[in-house]
Amino acid sequence: MADSKGNGLQSALRRRLLMGLAGVPAMALMPRMSFAAGPATATVNTTGLAVTDTEVTVGILHSATGTMAISETGSIQAEKLAISQINEAGGVLGRKIKIIQEDGASDWPTFAEKAKKLLVNDHCAAVMGCWTSASRKAALPVFEQYNGLLYYPTFYEGLEQSKNVIYTGQEATQQILESLNWVAKEKGAKTYFFIGSDYIWPRTSNKIARKHIENVLKTKVVGEEYFPLGHTQFNSVINKLKLTKPDVIFTDVVGGSNVAFYKQLKAAGIDLSKQTLLTISVTEDEIDGIGGDNIAGAYSCMKYFQSLKNPNNEKFVAAFHKMWGEKTVIGDVTQAAYLGPFLWKMAVEKAGSFDVDKVAAASADIEFKEAPEGYVKIHPNHHLWSKTRVAKALPSGQFEVVYESPALIEPNPFPKGYQ
Amino acid sequence: MLGDYSLTDLSSIFVMQGFAGLILFSVYTLMALGLAIIFGQMGVINMAHGEFMILGAYMTYLCSGFFQTYLPALFPAYFFVAMGLAFVASGALGMLVEWTLIRHLYKRPLDTLLATWGLSLILQQAYRTIFGAREVGVELPSWLIGSVQVTDTIEIPINGMFVMAITLLITAGVALLMYRSRFGAQVRAVVQNRPMAGAVGIDTERVDRLTFGLGCGIAGVAGSAFTMVGSTGPTSGQLYIVDTFLIVVFGGAASLLGTIASAFSISQTQSTLEFFLSGSTAKVITLLAVVGILMLRPQGLFTLKVRR
Amino acid sequence: MTRAPSQSVHDNPFMKPMEWVSLALLAAVIFLVLPMLLDAFRLNLVGKYLTYSFVALGLVICWGFGGILSLGQGVFFGLGGYLMAMYLKLEASSVANTKIQSTPGIPDFMDWNQITELPWFWKPFTSLPFTILAVLVVPAFFAFVIGSAMFRRRVGGTYFAIITQAIAAILTILIVGQQGYTGGINGITDLRTLNGWDIRTDRAHNILYFLNGGLLVACILFAQYVKRSKLGRILVAMRDKEDRVRFSGYQVASFKTFAFCLAAVFAAIGGAMFTLQVGFMSPSFVGIVPSIEMVIYAAVGGRLSLFGAVWGTLLVNWAKTSFSESFPELWLFGLGGLFILVVLAFPNGLAGIYRTYVEPRLTRRVKALAPAPAVALPHAAE
Repeated sequence: MADSKGNGLQSALRRRLLMGLAGVPAMALMPRMSFAAGPATATVNTTGLAVTDTEVTVGILHSATGTMAISETGSIQAEKLAISQINEAGGVLGRKIKIIQEDGASDWPTFAEKAKKLLVNDHCAAVMGCWTSASRKAALPVFEQYNGLLYYPTFYEGLEQSKNVIYTGQEATQQILESLNWVAKEKGAKTYFFIGSDYIWPRTSNKIARKHIENVLKTKVVGEEYFPLGHTQFNSVINKLKLTKPDVIFTDVVGGSNVAFYKQLKAAGIDLSKQTLLTISVTEDEIDGIGGDNIAGAYSCMKYFQSLKNPNNEKFVAAFHKMWGEKTVIGDVTQAAYLGPFLWKMAVEKAGSFDVDKVAAASADIEFKEAPEGYVKIHPNHHLWSKTRVAKALPSGQFEVVYESPALIEPNPFPKGYQ
Repeated sequence: MLGDYSLTDLSSIFVMQGFAGLILFSVYTLMALGLAIIFGQMGVINMAHGEFMILGAYMTYLCSGFFQTYLPALFPAYFFVAMGLAFVASGALGMLVEWTLIRHLYKRPLDTLLATWGLSLILQQAYRTIFGAREVGVELPSWLIGSVQVTDTIEIPINGMFVMAITLLITAGVALLMYRSRFGAQVRAVVQNRPMAGAVGIDTERVDRLTFGLGCGIAGVAGSAFTMVGSTGPTSGQLYIVDTFLIVVFGGAASLLGTIASAFSISQTQSTLEFFLSGSTAKVITLLAVVGILMLRPQGLFTLKVRR
Repeated sequence: MTRAPSQSVHDNPFMKPMEWVSLALLAAVIFLVLPMLLDAFRLNLVGKYLTYSFVALGLVICWGFGGILSLGQGVFFGLGGYLMAMYLKLEASSVANTKIQSTPGIPDFMDWNQITELPWFWKPFTSLPFTILAVLVVPAFFAFVIGSAMFRRRVGGTYFAIITQAIAAILTILIVGQQGYTGGINGITDLRTLNGWDIRTDRAHNILYFLNGGLLVACILFAQYVKRSKLGRILVAMRDKEDRVRFSGYQVASFKTFAFCLAAVFAAIGGAMFTLQVGFMSPSFVGIVPSIEMVIYAAVGGRLSLFGAVWGTLLVNWAKTSFSESFPELWLFGLGGLFILVVLAFPNGLAGIYRTYVEPRLTRRVKALAPAPAVALPHAAE
């Protein structure tokens, strides 16, 4: 861990730091991080981005309205927190970050539209945004065409890599393989039953899981079921579970379906303290709606949980609660969204420039030692090295971490043998 | 897929699957009953029907919170209070909507469709503003959680049976009301011949308002019951609306019996298909079958009169 | 009852003077005013809105004139869009572009779903002429099947609305579920070139915008032709008293089916232009919500007015974009209120307001210039 006493920090700032603002210590690593003016604008911005002598513009592009607003609000909050922390510590290359926030309205073309606005009209130096794969797929061509830079926070299916995107969440193999190994070893699992919502992320994740289960663990998948998004009746599949009696139920059901699924599972008498259930789609955010009682005992695999015990995380949680209220829960994606602004800042400082090409090139091997999840590093393929954790859901709505991968896991968006 | 299992396993699954179908049937019937009254008896297409259900669900949510904080001793019984409240709240809102909106549009059924769609948007946003965009979970009293162990291998979820019981009660109540009471006779008179009904002294406007309120109230009860199996969010109502309309249309709009028969056949088809195929495929096949049959037999399963 | 067709043609010139003025006004706004006022980004947005107005135009024909309300126009918009997207995607998935895939030369989403060979129904879409033909024919055929099955059995009004809505729901679930063939919920994305021409540049967007506008005017003229023809008059007659038309010996079902097919083709043209201008297609334009939103465009514009449909679409979308940028919360209240207001207070929409308040004054002046007999439009019976 880095020494958290920054050399150039003034006393007011140090007090903030003691009050528990995470991320600020990152400044300690950086040279020239006082309030001194940064380098001349002409040298750090050769491509016409919105950078002045005192300000740099960054976009935030999430759904503030529509069905996805439930999930994306946390990301917006985390990104704003990170940016305000960076600003309080002196900004980026001596420039304050100015936010332009746009609403994707849970509508994919709107994401493409607004991404274009942020890049073409507002000349944003970077954009923190998108949540669903569909919104990213819609906006990605825009970022590639206009050479923008997107920090994408959600864990996702992989099979993608772009110069213009930094993926701060996990790709599927990072999230899944280690936890399957854990469940095979720890619970002696031999048979698995997959239940997912019907779209690309669950299908791709399950495909990877199936290959791993069949080819590496040499065990069996006894069922694989998909339901339309928003489906609320799971009694038939629960009967199938009772018939096939799998050792592990592996779920990637999302949204409102989640709530119905766990309630009905519980009502049908499937006791999650006896039946192992491994999910890759439930974070603290989802438990809020499902109800802690209904899902207690299930295992979730993510890279971050709010209950994580480390100094970075404690600072982060305290700062988050201070800014957004004590009751807000922090899920995996929220934490990943928090990483984005810091990773960008460090890449900019490494490159000594806001130019997208230089920042993208400088991003490889950037380390963020103050990440709430512990430590992350950007891989040359623009995904993050990170640990995977398995945690048990508690009735309180929090998770108790039961396993943590010993080493950082290499991101592998195009996994050989899993396609 | 059935070859590998023992006969007892299979038979108990068969029983439980039958119950799964019955639970789905109850859910569908509850959803469709209110609409069957409004659409079938009045010819009004209420696209905000789902939002009336969600209002009931939110009332249940508020109620559970209230009982937990102030009357923890009575918590086990709160669900009955909640359902009553849901009926009253949705019914009252329904009557208000009828008075301000629907009654101006009786001669233009397609326009009611648009107006109520607009209403549904407004209600959704209102829920989002009041209750937040996040889905809320309702805490159930402990006696509603878990399942009844019939034999070693057969387990029936209690909340499922509770939903079935409510459905039975409400259906019986509606049938009595429509076919055995003075009010029911008035409703049917207005449906069959409005001017004549007015001429014999029935206050047709009042009957309209009460009928609409009754339909919405039942939607509220349905929403309240659904908190046991599903989730409650500002947009949950939209999930139900297509299914609900299809059930009512498939049953033959003017017939309560038809609605029940159609809910039964659709739910059994879907639940059986879900067991043998995947969930998505089952849904598509069921919907396609319903639409296919409707194309061949547009009047639905049961019909009482000829439409224009 | 029904006037002899020959006579009606004499009474009705192709367009009244006022309608020529409306057309000129619309064309001026689309081709001159907007391109001069707006930057490339906003103009592309307007181009996108105009693709919706094709759908609204179709709805004016089948709903306004024919009385058939389809809540599934998103199906046809989507079909047109997807068919065009299939062509563009195949072009973007050349072997050179898809080297990193396990099977190069097929669209990326197929590769992700372990499909190793282009499915048979994708194969013809390497040809642009075939694609254009398909954009026009497939939705028409689909509409023909639905329409002839239902209208022959005299399914009308609300029933038709609900069934088309269910069809929209089914198609969405199908597209999302069959992601190996359709791209699933992400849709077909990352479309780049049309027959070698890069459609992502500002210049291409400009050209496509004008092409779109031209097609729209052509569609309006065609719709006007239909409206003025005997067929259009029978449609209106049917809407108002279907039985009488039937008793007069007309095949009511065939006329209705035709109107529905025409609306479907218009919607499909809009969908194809949408894909070209936006650069992707996804199931979120097929479902129930977009379908109903498209109905409100027509309703706001005035369900009986071809020009109103275009204005209504532009107005609602402009409001949506500007309000949702500044007051995202208020927007849904506003949209909901708009539905209710239009239905309750202005059943004939913008065109109705125009006809009641503006036209009488204008006509007086125009009459002075060109003394043409102005015959009142057939208004709705409501």
